[in-house]
Amino acid sequence: MAAIEIKNLWKEYGQDVVLERLNASVEEGEFVTVVGASGCGKTTFLKMMLGTESPTRGELLLDGKPIPDEPDETRGIVFQRYSVLPHLTAVDNVMLAGELASSRWLGRVFGGKRRALREQAEEMLASVGLDHALSKYPHELSGGMQQRLALAQALIKKPRILLLDEPFGALDPGIRRDMHELVLDLWRKQDLTVFMITHDLAEGFFLGTRMWVFDKERLDPQTPGSYGARITYDLPVGNSDKGTLQSITQSVDSTARVLGA
Amino acid sequence: MKKLINRQAGPVGRWALGLLPFVILAVLYLVASDARLDANPNDKLLPSLSSFSEAIERMAFEPSKRSGEYTLLVDTLASLQRLAIGVVISAMIGLVVGIATGSLPLFRAGISPLVTGMSLVPPLAILPILFIIFGLGELAKVMLIIIGITPFLIRDLQQRAEEIPTEQIIKMQTLGANTWQIITRLVWPQIMPRLLSSVRLSLGSAWLFLIAAEAIAATEGLGYRIFLVRRYLAMDVILPYVAWITFLAFALDFALKRYSQWRYPWFHGAQ
Repeated sequence: MAAIEIKNLWKEYGQDVVLERLNASVEEGEFVTVVGASGCGKTTFLKMMLGTESPTRGELLLDGKPIPDEPDETRGIVFQRYSVLPHLTAVDNVMLAGELASSRWLGRVFGGKRRALREQAEEMLASVGLDHALSKYPHELSGGMQQRLALAQALIKKPRILLLDEPFGALDPGIRRDMHELVLDLWRKQDLTVFMITHDLAEGFFLGTRMWVFDKERLDPQTPGSYGARITYDLPVGNSDKGTLQSITQSVDSTARVLGA
Repeated sequence: MKKLINRQAGPVGRWALGLLPFVILAVLYLVASDARLDANPNDKLLPSLSSFSEAIERMAFEPSKRSGEYTLLVDTLASLQRLAIGVVISAMIGLVVGIATGSLPLFRAGISPLVTGMSLVPPLAILPILFIIFGLGELAKVMLIIIGITPFLIRDLQQRAEEIPTEQIIKMQTLGANTWQIITRLVWPQIMPRLLSSVRLSLGSAWLFLIAAEAIAATEGLGYRIFLVRRYLAMDVILPYVAWITFLAFALDFALKRYSQWRYPWFHGAQ
């Protein structure tokens, strides 16, 4: 059975149609990148996956059941900013999930249990290359290191689905490349199912197994809200040629111009 | 020469410029005091330095002839105790209610209108009610401080709790946290340094309410003493008392700031 099934999914805000007639299914272990112009519902889609927004029509299924309508531990997330907790050190940030699970009321553990959690957390941090920054606070880390920490924090919970919301949008190009390698590496080693939102088309072409382009097929320049975006391309990554990238770029750019005007 | 708007004082210059107004005020006072005492040696309005030091000696370092206690010490301890009890209770109420209304929309809907309404009542206007209900003892004075600053603390902390990025609240849920855990592991620790800065802001009003309450009904306290000796135009006592209160207020503020920087490095480092 597919991990995620999308059946005739619509999202509307009053008169404005954001997404219409989405149909897709994603197998376990796939790495889907979602690209598209701003205002084409990428973030709305992510919010529905998280459970902070619910579909207007249609179904969004996780393992055959409707996705829960509030965030929980089945779906991990890394945002562009504010993903890690500023009042905890790196290792405390990563230990947090374990502490919350083993102590309902205090949310803290002590003694041997704590040492075990700490060991796991240190291992996790080492795997994202942060073994030298265990007791640093997030504000003492660079942007790239903060995102590494956010990945470690999300992955230690072993979520069913990992959602990445433009996680590298605020990083320098060189660091972004390192982060791509890290994400691909973690995805391969831990058998993750990943959805990554990005507005960088090249990133979408390079990362993962599958790329979705969210775009408006029908676009009324006077009332851009009257038609929603759909998945206009659903491409396996690696099989696409330069011409496809160009035509996608053109179409996404012209939508962006209309929506941005 | 650079334009005035671009000119900065050096480290020495900054100190000198900062001290200058104080020096000018002191010189002005001495000149005026000299002139008045010249015309009338019994003038009480602008006492000389020697009468200040006599008054300080009498209030702070000699036991009172009537009670055998050191007046300034007794007054200071009484006032600080009232202030501390009032501020600590207000801070605790502010913390609990502020976190509840700031992070739980259902609580906010229920409690916020009441707090907003209460914060608009001028506390001094209900001082008589407090004296009627709680008598003339300590309780009424502490209650005035609590009623005066708690609504401000609640509203400020509610706002601070609402400012915690939604991303972090979602993040906590994806890590498996329930509501209680989100409050104890995310909201509460992040609110604590903000509570300290709100308390620092509210200390000014707390002193105001304390002195007002002491002026009306008390048997000791810094505010009580000032209003008592006012009857004798004893400026030689009033001015040192005012300076002492100012110093206490400054010391409290400074201590809270340093404590916050030491205890919550992540808060001050990120700003």
